[in-house]
Amino acid sequence: MNEDIVIEVKGLKKVFGENVIINGIDLTVRKGETVVLIGPSGCGKSTLLRCLNGLEPIQGGSVFLHGEPVEYGKRSLNKIRQKIGMVFQDYGLFPHMTVLDNVMLAPLKVQKRPKDEVKTEAMALLERVGLGDKAKSYPSQLSGGQQQRAAIVRSLVVNPDIMLLDEITAALDPEMVHEVLNVVLDLAKNGSTMIIVTHEMAFAEAVADRVILMDGGVIVEENPPQKFFHDADTERAKKFLSTFSYSK
Amino acid sequence: MRGYEVLFAGNNFLRLLGGLWVTIRISLISIGISLVLGVLLGAAMTVRNRAVRAICKIYLEVVRIMPQLVWLFIVFFGITRSTGINLSGEAAAMIVFTIWGTAEMGDLVRGAFISIPKHQYESGLALGLGKAQLYGYVIIPQTIRRLTPNIINLSTRMIKTTALVSLIGVTEVLKVGKQIIDANRYDAPDAALWVYAAIFFMYFIICFPLSVFSKKLSDKFR
Repeated sequence: MNEDIVIEVKGLKKVFGENVIINGIDLTVRKGETVVLIGPSGCGKSTLLRCLNGLEPIQGGSVFLHGEPVEYGKRSLNKIRQKIGMVFQDYGLFPHMTVLDNVMLAPLKVQKRPKDEVKTEAMALLERVGLGDKAKSYPSQLSGGQQQRAAIVRSLVVNPDIMLLDEITAALDPEMVHEVLNVVLDLAKNGSTMIIVTHEMAFAEAVADRVILMDGGVIVEENPPQKFFHDADTERAKKFLSTFSYSK
Repeated sequence: MRGYEVLFAGNNFLRLLGGLWVTIRISLISIGISLVLGVLLGAAMTVRNRAVRAICKIYLEVVRIMPQLVWLFIVFFGITRSTGINLSGEAAAMIVFTIWGTAEMGDLVRGAFISIPKHQYESGLALGLGKAQLYGYVIIPQTIRRLTPNIINLSTRMIKTTALVSLIGVTEVLKVGKQIIDANRYDAPDAALWVYAAIFFMYFIICFPLSVFSKKLSDKFR
């Protein structure tokens, strides 16, 4: 087995009643790689992310994290999820805890690390994303962008092997999008392994090592960003990209 | 005798306090039992099984539709007569208020549970929390926060509604007041105003701090 492979997806299939959401996807993500998933709404990209950490039951194929199977509903899932950081569109911070307590919950209760150590690391990470002075605030006292940065820190503090970012700026004002994406760019530069679902094309081009276009539950095109955004192989990709540019 | 003198004549005031104690006793016991049963009912109302949910729903609606006074009459007069079990008025009152309180409490618990957004569960799971940890650290604390102000409001409603039990012969504070007024009808005709005012303040002193407390809590948890 290749040590470098973090996540491996083989023939993944996901069906909701009559609807086939994901229809046979193979995907390999290596250590330090940033993969960006794009595609029209309902193409299955968010569902794919959710399958990767077992939030959805799957109807075919398999997902491996470092060679270990990710299986929905299994007890082993808790262990695996500790190695996967996931950030959602609607932040998902716990409103009854301060930012610092949100960040410290998983390392303290799940990983059972010593409190002093966790606190030092949590504060350092919060400082790094510009939230050092917000540690004692409650999520409702923060702007959307600040909440999302806190949510990123919360996923980061457990030192995950891979981060899954599911349209994390879709609910934010344009100015806040920028501050959040800068944090993500910073992570990519520092070698984090990530799979990012986004509709921000400029960001996708800047952050990605590889861009994947999904449509109708399958991968349509997979290329490095330079190639994908300026000289796409498929007509589908060109058509999709054209919806982001305007001319009079 | 002047009206206000009646209040403190003999052991009248002590009797009023005694009546108030009956009010509090009925309320506290019914609220306490309703709380426990209400949590169970609320949990039952969120299960997948449709039959269980339907039964809970019917119970809730039936209890809500009928006025509490009708329930008191059914339990105190109806059941006692038809089964021959000799229930005291106070026991009947506690039964009725528990039946009612459980229904309302259950609905509050159900509402609080389903009001927790799905992403709260998913965020917790994605952090690697186990099921017990997810509920213990994330879901239940939030549920309790949403629930507490509503539970206090329901409690004050229940306390006030216990005034009805004088109609099945329980000598709670209102009934004691009426007895005092009747006994002094000739020598202090304006006693009614004073006695009822005193009772008003007694209810106020119990319920007002509760409603302030509930408002404080809901502001704090928002």
